[in-house]
Amino acid sequence: MKKILAVDDSASMRQMVGFTLKKAGFDVTEAKDGSEALSIAKQQGFDAVISDVNMPVMDGITLIKELRSLPNYKFTPLLMLTTESGLDKKTEGKAAGATGWIVKPFNPEQLLAVLKKVIR
Amino acid sequence: MSIDLSQFFDVFFEESFEGLDIMEAELLNLQPGHEDSETINTIFRAAHSIKGGSGTFGFTSVANFTHVLETLLDQIRDGRRQLTAEHVNLLLQSVDCLRALLTALQAEEEPDLSNANELKVKFEEILGGKESVSSDTADSIPQGQESQTYQIDFKPLPHLFKTGNEPLYMLSELSELGDLETHAFCDAIPEIDDFNPEDCYLSWRLYLTTSHPESAIKEVFEWVEDDAEISITLCGGLFEDDVSVSTTPEPESEKKETSSNDTQNIDVPKTPSATATKAKPEASKKSAESTSIRVGIDKVDSLINMVGELVITQAMLTQLGEQEPTENTLAAMQEGLAQLAHNTRDLQENVMRIRMLPISFVFSRFPRLVRDTSQKLNKQVELKLLGEQTELDKTVMEKISDPMVHLVRNSLDHGLETPEDRIKAGKDPVGTVTLNAFHQGGNIVIEIMDDGRGLNTEKIKSKAIANGLIQATDELTIEEVNELIFRPGFSTADEVSDISGRGVGMDVVRRNIQALNGSVEVTSAKGVGSTFTIRLPLTLAILDGQLVKVAKHTYIIPLISIVESLQIDIKKVSKVGNGLEVLRLRDEYIPILRLYQLFNHGGAIEELDKTLLVVVESDNHKVGLLVDDLLAQQQVVIKSLEANYQKVNGISGATILGDGRVSLIVDISGLIKLSGLKRPGTQELLVEQELDEVVS
Repeated sequence: MKKILAVDDSASMRQMVGFTLKKAGFDVTEAKDGSEALSIAKQQGFDAVISDVNMPVMDGITLIKELRSLPNYKFTPLLMLTTESGLDKKTEGKAAGATGWIVKPFNPEQLLAVLKKVIR
Repeated sequence: MSIDLSQFFDVFFEESFEGLDIMEAELLNLQPGHEDSETINTIFRAAHSIKGGSGTFGFTSVANFTHVLETLLDQIRDGRRQLTAEHVNLLLQSVDCLRALLTALQAEEEPDLSNANELKVKFEEILGGKESVSSDTADSIPQGQESQTYQIDFKPLPHLFKTGNEPLYMLSELSELGDLETHAFCDAIPEIDDFNPEDCYLSWRLYLTTSHPESAIKEVFEWVEDDAEISITLCGGLFEDDVSVSTTPEPESEKKETSSNDTQNIDVPKTPSATATKAKPEASKKSAESTSIRVGIDKVDSLINMVGELVITQAMLTQLGEQEPTENTLAAMQEGLAQLAHNTRDLQENVMRIRMLPISFVFSRFPRLVRDTSQKLNKQVELKLLGEQTELDKTVMEKISDPMVHLVRNSLDHGLETPEDRIKAGKDPVGTVTLNAFHQGGNIVIEIMDDGRGLNTEKIKSKAIANGLIQATDELTIEEVNELIFRPGFSTADEVSDISGRGVGMDVVRRNIQALNGSVEVTSAKGVGSTFTIRLPLTLAILDGQLVKVAKHTYIIPLISIVESLQIDIKKVSKVGNGLEVLRLRDEYIPILRLYQLFNHGGAIEELDKTLLVVVESDNHKVGLLVDDLLAQQQVVIKSLEANYQKVNGISGATILGDGRVSLIVDISGLIKLSGLKRPGTQELLVEQELDEVVS
């Protein structure tokens, strides 16, 4: 079973993403900010990480930068959840090492469709 | 796969309301010109989360409105725009507006968008021109067109793998769009010595025959635009132009314009319909109200711990009960029972604690209130909150909020002076209002202090004389004068202001607090300030009671309403009209209510000098309750009579005594009504006129 780390400070978004992915047969771990995600990611491997951008303590861009610098996450798909107003965030995210982005708002079907680009 | 999003709504609403509270609190912390970037960030994140969530869960009205908020906050955050006081005001109004929208949505009502649209216009003015709220309509090219074949050249740059992207998945994604013919070029693969296994050396020429638009193909490569050379060409079609993926700015701006036009068209017609939705029934709102309470895990743990202790004690007692009764086992059993009593009390206290919440839940609404009110009054006010962690029963908390708001408004309006007056009086132009909460005995004490001008005793007196509350000749102590402000129909404000002094005043505050078995009093010093002190029981479920004997029955009088208990000096009792007896107690005349008469009990002691009189106070009226005897004082658990039987006049509830008998709790204000001393709707006791005759 493929393992995904879902990172969002909003509990409802986290639940929605988590629930959708679990239903689609993924093993999902949730984290509420970048710092928590990073320490979880260091302890265990993941096949993909989906992270919100704006979060307290450590934001998504920093998380992606940190993850990409870890040997275990060199090739791992790192996706960011961003809003349509965050156009420069996409560039910033790419520069930090993000694989791609999912534009909010999205529904569960869209989430799974986008995920298919990087994990099957 | 279909997923019902509504299962996440509760969490979404809960966190959105929390987010709004955070936004409000942080906004109040903001000092335009000295804003702290972390504060702005926190506000931005809260708005951003609400927007993201509302968009995802289909609450577009909220998402659209939050979008303009977020844009402004984003600009402030990035330093592109300077924060002004106007922004803060507008943002605070938006918080209120969002709260209303979300509340309506939570109750499954159509939200009233008129306010949101007004605010949105203001935001758009600040942001300079219409902001485009993205809608993806511009992208939607009609589907189902004829199949066309595209030639796609895809040459990833060597670092592609390190972005986490996978060409294989892209190819299979393309193959889902239609018929895909792939040609791979391996010529870029170097000799083994130069080969870097982490790099990508392959490239492809693809022919895709598809009925999907070109944008669908672009979308496949969206994430790798900068990490590969991509060209998409329509072949065998009408035109052979190379339409490369590279984003040209022209169509982009065009897209924006059309989308902004779209949103305008959507928003405008909504306004007139807004008023119609207002008159929705309140009933549905109630059902949505959550009745849950958040309990800290530590509280639950300590409960479990205590139940464990209880079980151990019970096991010990059972064991002792099975043994031969000897001197030793008896002593051990007594010790065990003491232990049981101890455990039970602990458990009781801790179960009560579950309903306890820190008073910061109430206090937190005051920074905003003080800010808005002081702005309206042109006064400078600093609000100090002390003892925010003091815990209080949730029900009591909900009911104390309004009286507190009234008292704080009163302090701001009547208590504090204008900055000019304060400077004249040699004070700091910034006035201080302090809210303080602490536990005292079984009560919680809430103080509302201001350092204003203090109560104007002369003014109160003359007003009271004008209203006929007191006689011009009455000699009153300062405390007694101050007490007058709690009398019905009393307001010293020269003109009725917007903030307070609408005539309904302190008497309502006092009545509401007394309904919670609490009390409120005021102390004041001229030029120094006033302090209102509210005393409340920690919970409504337990009451400190005085057990009294009336004939063969035991009644309970709430301890908080008892002024004193005494033996009657028969010489000081006089009879007035209606056969009512009054006792002259120091300077006051106390009407005597014979409880056995009111409750129809035979066999009670009727001679006044052999009984006891319990003087109680309610609604500013003192009456004496005639009882046979005083028994113990104890905490009693209140059981509702309405729930178990029906409402009984003069009785507020019942409890079960240690011996298993039911005892009724006396409701003082109900009793006064029952005795006929007071006509419904009036404030004065009937006896007071008669008393005046006795005095004169």
